[in-house]
Amino acid sequence: MDYFATVATIIVIQAIAACGLNVIVGYAGQISLGHAAFFGIGAYASAMLTTKAGLTFWQALPISLLISMSLGFLLGLPSLRVREDFLAITTIGINFIVEAVFVYTPFFGGALGLGGIPRVAVFGSRLGNSQFLALCAVFLAITLMICRQFTRTWMGLACFAVRENETAASSMGISPVRAKLSAFVLGTGMAGLSGALYAHYARFISAGDFGFPISISMLSMVVLGGMGTLAGPLLGALIIGVLPEVFRSLMDYRMFLYSMLLLLMIRFQPGGLLGEQSAAAGLLKGILNRRRASSA
Amino acid sequence: MLLEVSDLTIAYNGLEALHGVSLQVDVGELVSVIGANGAGKTTLLQTLMGWQLPSGGSIRFEGRDITRAQTHARARRGMRIVPEKARIFSQLTVYENLMMGVYGMRRKIPVDKRLLWLYSLFPVLEERGAQVASTLSGGEQQQLSIARACISAPSLLLVDEVSMGLMPRLVDKVFELLKQLNGEEGLTILLVEQNALASLGISHRAYVLETGDIVLEGKAGQMLNDERVREAYLGI
Repeated sequence: MDYFATVATIIVIQAIAACGLNVIVGYAGQISLGHAAFFGIGAYASAMLTTKAGLTFWQALPISLLISMSLGFLLGLPSLRVREDFLAITTIGINFIVEAVFVYTPFFGGALGLGGIPRVAVFGSRLGNSQFLALCAVFLAITLMICRQFTRTWMGLACFAVRENETAASSMGISPVRAKLSAFVLGTGMAGLSGALYAHYARFISAGDFGFPISISMLSMVVLGGMGTLAGPLLGALIIGVLPEVFRSLMDYRMFLYSMLLLLMIRFQPGGLLGEQSAAAGLLKGILNRRRASSA
Repeated sequence: MLLEVSDLTIAYNGLEALHGVSLQVDVGELVSVIGANGAGKTTLLQTLMGWQLPSGGSIRFEGRDITRAQTHARARRGMRIVPEKARIFSQLTVYENLMMGVYGMRRKIPVDKRLLWLYSLFPVLEERGAQVASTLSGGEQQQLSIARACISAPSLLLVDEVSMGLMPRLVDKVFELLKQLNGEEGLTILLVEQNALASLGISHRAYVLETGDIVLEGKAGQMLNDERVREAYLGI
C-alpha cells in the first residue's frame, strides 16, 4: 500500500505540472523547455516559507503560487517576444539559471538543499501517505477544472487563435503577447502548485530535483498524452511515471526506451495518444460504434 | 479622410517593394488597388494592417497617426482585413472563428444581431457552426474569413486578393457581396485585386500599382475606358 501510494503521489504531482505545461505548449502553442524551473520555484518557496518563516503549508501555499506566477510573468515577458526555436533556447536558459541560483545561493541551502520540510497537516493532524495522495488528487482535480474552464474563456480562445495563426489573431484585435503571457502565468502557477506539493512530499529538496532533464520529462508527458487535450497530460504522466517501475529490471536501458517511445510517437502519433488522429481514440470510437450498431 | 497614406516606402532587406505610395480612402467609399502580380499590392495591405512596418512615410487612420501602431491596436480601432488565403483558425469551430472577430469588443457590439445578419448573408456558416473550420471548402473558408472580419462592424475593411483560388461563379458572388456591404451597410472597403475587371466594376475609385509605384488613379468608370488600363489589365 505504501509503495503504491508513493508511486501514485509522485505521478499525481507530476500530472499537475504537466497540465500547466499543457496550457503553455498545448493551448497557446508556445514551446517551453524550462517548466521544471517553475516547479522548483514553487517547491523552494513553500519549503523556505515553512521551514524558515514557520508558516504552515496552507499559509505558505498562496504565497508560493503568487511567487511562481510573478516569476512566470517576469520571465515570460521577455521570452514570449521570441518565437519557436528561440523560445525553446530561452526557456532552457531560464531552467539553468534558476537551478544555478538554488545551487549557488547559501540562502537557498546551496548544494546541500533544504531539509526538514514538514508534512502537510489538515485540522491539526498530519496526513499519512494515502491521505496526502488524496489531497494531491484533489489539487489535480482542481487543476483539471481550471484547465477546462480556461479553454472556455475568451482568453483561452484567444490562445488557441494565437497558436493557429498569430498574424490572423492579431488582426482580430488580440494581443499575441498578452494571450501567450496569460497562458504562461497560468501554466507556471500550476507548476508552482505541483512544486509546493512535491516539497512536502519529498520533505527534502535540492536543486537537482528541478533540472533540465525534469523539464524534458514533463514535455514528454504532454507530447505523449496529447498536446492541447484535457486528459492527455494526465495519461502522459501516468505512463512516464509507471514505466520506470515496470522496467526496473531494464534500468540501464531506460533512457533508450524513453527515446524510442518518443520517436515512435512523433513519427506515428504526432497529436499524442489522446490528440488529433489518435489511434487509441480511433480504436475506442470503432468499438463504441460497433456496440451501438449491434445494439440498434 | 478615413485613411490617408502618404509617401509610404517599404523595403525587404534593402530592396524596396513600394517607393513612396500615397492614397486616400474616404468614409463610405469602395476603392480598389489593381496591379499585376508582384506590384506590391499585398505588401501595401499588410503594411496598412501592421503586419510589417514601413521604412518611410506615414499612415493616418481616422485622423490619427498609426504608422507604427501594433496590429491589434489597429484592429481595435476598427480596421479589419480579409487576408489572402482566408487564414481562418482551422482547428476552431466555425462559430468560434466568428467569435474571435468580436474579441475584446463584445460589449460594444450587438453580437447576436450581427450574427443573424451574417447568417442571412452566409447561410452555410450557420449550418456548419459547430464544425471544425478546416472541414470547410475553399469558398466556404473565404466566406468565413469575410464574415469574421465584418462581424465587428469595422470602419475600414481591407480585402486582399479575395478572388484568388475561387471558382469564377463564386468570384462574382463575392464581389456582389462586397458591393452590397458597401452600398447597403455603408462599409468602407479598400480592395486589392489582380482581377481588374471585376474590382473596377464595383469600385468608386481605383489606383493602379505598378512595381511599387502608383501610376494612375481616378474614377473606376473612367479607368474601365482608359486605353492603357484596358490594354494592360483588362486584356481588351
